Amino acid sequence: MRKQDRDRSRLLNRRALLLGGGKIALLGALAARMYYLQVVESARYRTLAEENRINLRLLAPPRGLITDRFGVLLADNKQNYRVVVVADQAGDIVSTLDAVGALIPISEADKRRVLREIKRKHTFVPVAIRDNLSWEEMARIEVNAPELPGVSIEQGLTRDYPFGETAAHVLGYVAAVSEKELTGDDPLLELPDFRIGKSGIEKSHDIELRGSAGTSEVEVNAFGRVVRELARDEGDSGQQVVLTLDMELQDFVMKRCAAELSVACVVMDAWSGDVLASVSCPGYDPGAFSAGLSTTAWRQLLADPRGPLNNKAISGAYSPGSTFKPIVALAGLEAGVITPDTRIACPGHFELGAATFHCWRKGGHGMLDLHGGIKNSCDVYFYETARRLGIDRIAAMAKRFGLGAPLGIEIPGEKGGLVPTRDWKLGTTGVPWQQGETISAGIGQSFVTTTPLQLAVMTARLVTGREVQPRFTRPDGVASRDMPDADPSHFPSLGVSARDLARVLDGMNGVVNEQHGTAYAARITDPGLQMAGKSGTAQVRRISQAERDTGLRKIKDVPWKERDHALFIALAPVSTPRYVCACVVEHGGESAGGGSAVAAPICRDVLREVQKRDPARKVPDRLFTAENNVVRS
Amino acid sequence: MSMERTLDSSRERRSIFDKLLSVNWGLVLLLALLACVGFAMLYSAANGSWQPWAAKQMIRFSIALLLMIGVALVDIRVWLRAAYIIYLVALLLLIAVELRGAIGMGAQRWIDLGVIQLQPSELMKVAVVLALARYFNGVPIEEIGRPVKLVAPLLLVMVPAVLVLKQPDLGTALMLVMGGGAIFFLAGVRLWKFAVVLGAGAALVPIAWRFLRDYQKKRIYTFLDPENDPLGAGYHILQSKIALGSGGIFGKGFLLGTQSHLSFLPERQTDFIFTMLAEEWGLVGGLVLIGLYSLVFIYGYAIALLSRNHFGRLLAFGITINFFLYVFINTAMVMGLIPVVGVPLPLISYGGTAMLTVMFGFGLMMSVYIHRDVRIGRRGEVDL
Repeated sequence: MRKQDRDRSRLLNRRALLLGGGKIALLGALAARMYYLQVVESARYRTLAEENRINLRLLAPPRGLITDRFGVLLADNKQNYRVVVVADQAGDIVSTLDAVGALIPISEADKRRVLREIKRKHTFVPVAIRDNLSWEEMARIEVNAPELPGVSIEQGLTRDYPFGETAAHVLGYVAAVSEKELTGDDPLLELPDFRIGKSGIEKSHDIELRGSAGTSEVEVNAFGRVVRELARDEGDSGQQVVLTLDMELQDFVMKRCAAELSVACVVMDAWSGDVLASVSCPGYDPGAFSAGLSTTAWRQLLADPRGPLNNKAISGAYSPGSTFKPIVALAGLEAGVITPDTRIACPGHFELGAATFHCWRKGGHGMLDLHGGIKNSCDVYFYETARRLGIDRIAAMAKRFGLGAPLGIEIPGEKGGLVPTRDWKLGTTGVPWQQGETISAGIGQSFVTTTPLQLAVMTARLVTGREVQPRFTRPDGVASRDMPDADPSHFPSLGVSARDLARVLDGMNGVVNEQHGTAYAARITDPGLQMAGKSGTAQVRRISQAERDTGLRKIKDVPWKERDHALFIALAPVSTPRYVCACVVEHGGESAGGGSAVAAPICRDVLREVQKRDPARKVPDRLFTAENNVVRS
Repeated sequence: MSMERTLDSSRERRSIFDKLLSVNWGLVLLLALLACVGFAMLYSAANGSWQPWAAKQMIRFSIALLLMIGVALVDIRVWLRAAYIIYLVALLLLIAVELRGAIGMGAQRWIDLGVIQLQPSELMKVAVVLALARYFNGVPIEEIGRPVKLVAPLLLVMVPAVLVLKQPDLGTALMLVMGGGAIFFLAGVRLWKFAVVLGAGAALVPIAWRFLRDYQKKRIYTFLDPENDPLGAGYHILQSKIALGSGGIFGKGFLLGTQSHLSFLPERQTDFIFTMLAEEWGLVGGLVLIGLYSLVFIYGYAIALLSRNHFGRLLAFGITINFFLYVFINTAMVMGLIPVVGVPLPLISYGGTAMLTVMFGFGLMMSVYIHRDVRIGRRGEVDL
C-alpha cells in the first residue's frame, strides 16, 4: 500500500472517529430531550392531552309535563323522528337527497337548506333533512337504509299538545331561545335545539318545567367527532305543573263557543278561585310553534280579525255594559242613596241638563224598584243611581270586586281594564270629569272596561262576598282524584253587607228565572241547577241621533266589526252558588237585544255542564282517559 | 505479496453462493427487526388493522430486502464505475420532475412508476454519496488541498440541493448538503475551507433575500418560528409534544395512544410515527428504538473501517451518515428540537421511495462488506 494512501486512510479514520463522537453527542441530546418531555414535563402534557380529547356536553332534560286538575296530559314530550344525513358518508349529496325524496316528500326549500347547511358545517355533522316523520315514513327510510349511505333516523323530544288549540291560550307554547333571552344564567339556553316557554303557563312556569341540565363527558377526536361517551349525568327533568282546568269541561266550552265567531269564556269555582275553563275562541295550535311555524301560517294568524293569538279571556278589555249594574246597585245600597224598595220612574229616557240618555227600551219601564231595575236591566234606574252616587263611589266598589287592575294571575299578558275616577281623568286627559260620564258609567259604558276573567272574578265575589283570587295551577301541585272541598272563608271578606248582596243576587235571579227577565229564554230548567245572571251589551260605536230618528239598522246591515259585544255573567246553582261563568261574544250583540240572545245561552249550557260534572267536588264520570293522556298516579 | 495476490484473485472469482454466505446477516436481521417495529406501529396507526398501511409496507420491505441482497452481491467495482451514471440518471429525473412542475402539471415531487411513486430527491441522497465517494477515491491526499479540485464535488452536491430546495423540500436539501459535507470532511478537506463556504453562504443570504417573493419570505418566517403559525406547523409540533410527553416513561400501551388515535397527532403514519411510538411505548420504547438505530450506525462504522479500499470506506461512512441524518432530523423534529421539515423515519415511516433508497444504500454497504478485501485504484482499476 502506498504511503499516501495509508495517510489518507488514517486521516479518514481520525475524522470518522470525530464524526462518531458528534453523533453520540446528538443522540445524547435526543435522549435528554425525551427525558425532559416524557419524565420532567410529562404531567403537564398529560393534562393537555386530556383537555384535547375530553369534551363536556350538555344534555337537555325532558321538559316537565302539564296536566289538568285530574291528571289529563295537556303538554307532554313526543318522540320526534327525523331523517338526517352525514355528508362525508353519503358521497354525492344531491343524488342522496333525490333518493330520500323518492321515499318521503321533501320540499325544494328543504333540499336547498340541507345543501347550505352541509357547506357551512363539518362534513361529519348530521344535518336534518326532515323533521316529524310519521311511523310509516320512518319505516320506509329504515327499510331502504342499506341503499342510503350516510342517511339515518335520529330521535329527539318535541313538545306536544294533545288537545291542540283547546287550551292553547292557557298553556302557551315553546319556541327557540331568542337572542334577548340568552341571559347566561342557564347553560341549557345555549343548546341549539333548546325550546323555552314563550307564553301562557309554559312561560310563567318555565323554570320549573325546564329542569336542570345533565352532562355527558365524551371523548372527541381532533375534528370534534365524538368517539365514545366516558361518563353521563342525566340531570333533573322538569317538574310537572298541574292546572286547575278540567280539560273535558274546557273542551266542552271550546266547542260551545265555536258556534260564534269570536268568544271569550271563563268558568270558575267561586269558592276556591280555581279557573275550571278559560277559553278564547278561535285558538291556534301551539304544537305548530314548537315544530316551527311557516311564515304564511304566522301571517294568517296575525291577519285574522278575530285575533286567534290573543288570549281574550285575560287580555281582552271590553266595556262591561249592563253586567256592571250589580256593582252600581251594591254601591248605591252601601252608600244609602237607594234602598231595595226605592222606586224610580223610567219614561224611556233620562235628562241631565241639556243631554238626554236613553233607556234600551224605547217606551220605558214605568216605576221600578231595585229587583225590577236589575231584572229588566233598566238603564234609567241605574242612570239615576249613578247620578246620586258620583263616579268615585262607583269606582271604589268596582275595585273591591277586582275590576280596574290586573288580578295578578300566573299567565302573562293579563290586562287590568279600567275603572275611571275623577283624579284618573284629570291626570290622564287634563279634562275635568263630566257628570254625563258618571251617568254612562252607571250602565257600564263610558271609560269602564273589564276583562272576561275580571267579570268571572267579580261574579265569584258577588257570590261569596269575599276577595276570591283566581288561580290556574293547583297549589299542592298534585293531580288528585279525591277533591278536598274548598272553603271560601280563607279569602278575606269584602266588607259588603250580606243582605245587600242577597238583594242583588235576587235581582240576578229575576233576570233569568222570572218571566220578562232579560235572559228568561236562557234559563236552566233542570231542577236544582238553575242559574242566575246578568246580561250586558257593550257598544262598539256611538249610536247617533240620526240613527235613532230613522230607526236602528237591522243587525244584518251592520258590518261585523261594528256590531256590539254581547256579555253575560252567571252563577249556579241559585240555591247555593258555587260555579260562576263570564262570557263575552265579540260583536255578537243584536243592536238592542243585549247579551241575552247569544252570550246567555252559552253560559246556560256551560253552567249546566259544569254542575253535572261538578269538578270542584268530585272526579266527573266522563274524563279524557285515553291511555296516553292520563298521568298514572 | 504473492500470497495476498492469490487470495485476492481467488475472491474475485467467488461464486454467488460464496458471496451469499458472506453477507452480514446480523445487519440484515437488525434491519428486519426495525422494519417489524415499523409494521407494528403502522398496524397501530390504522387503529389495529393491517390495512391500509402495514400490509403494503410489508410487501415493500420484502421487495426492498431482495433488492438489497441483489445490490450487495454486485461487485463493488461495478458500483464504482456506475456511480456517475447513477448520479446522472437521478439528476435527470430530478430535472424532469422540476420541469413538469414548471409547465404547470402541479408541484409533484414524484414520478409514478405504478408500483411505487418514485421521488427522485430520495434517490439523489444515495446517488450523491456514490458520486462523491468515487470522486474522492480518485483524488490523492496531497491534491485535496487544491481548491480547484473541490469545484467539481461542490457542484455534485449543490446542483441537486438547489433543485430540491426549489420544490420546495428543505429537509432533503438539508440532508444532501449535510451528507455531502460529511464526505468532504472525511475525505480530508481542511476545516477552514468549511468555514469559508459557510461564511460565503451566510453573506449571500441578505442578497438572495431581496429576490424572494412575499409568500416565500412568509414561508421562511414560519420555518424559523413555527409558533407564529399556531394552526399550521406550530400546531403540529405542539400536538406532537403533547402526545410524546403524555406517554410518560412506560407509555399508554400498544394501540392505546389517545392523541395519535384521535388524530390530534398529524401524519402519524409517516413523519410523526416516532411520536406515536413514544406515546404508546413511552420513554423506554423510544430509547430502545434509538438503541436499535445506534446498532445500525455501529455496523456501518465497522463495515467502513473493515474495508480495505478508500471508495468502500467513503461509501459505507457516507451511507451511515445519511441514515443517521434521517433518524436524527426526524426525531429531533418531532421532539421540537428543530423546525418541522419533511423527513421520514427510515424503515418505519410509511412510504415506498424512502424504504427503497435506504435499502439500496444498505445494499451498497453490504457490497462494501462482501468485497472488503478488494483493492481499488484511483481510477477504479484493481490496484494490485
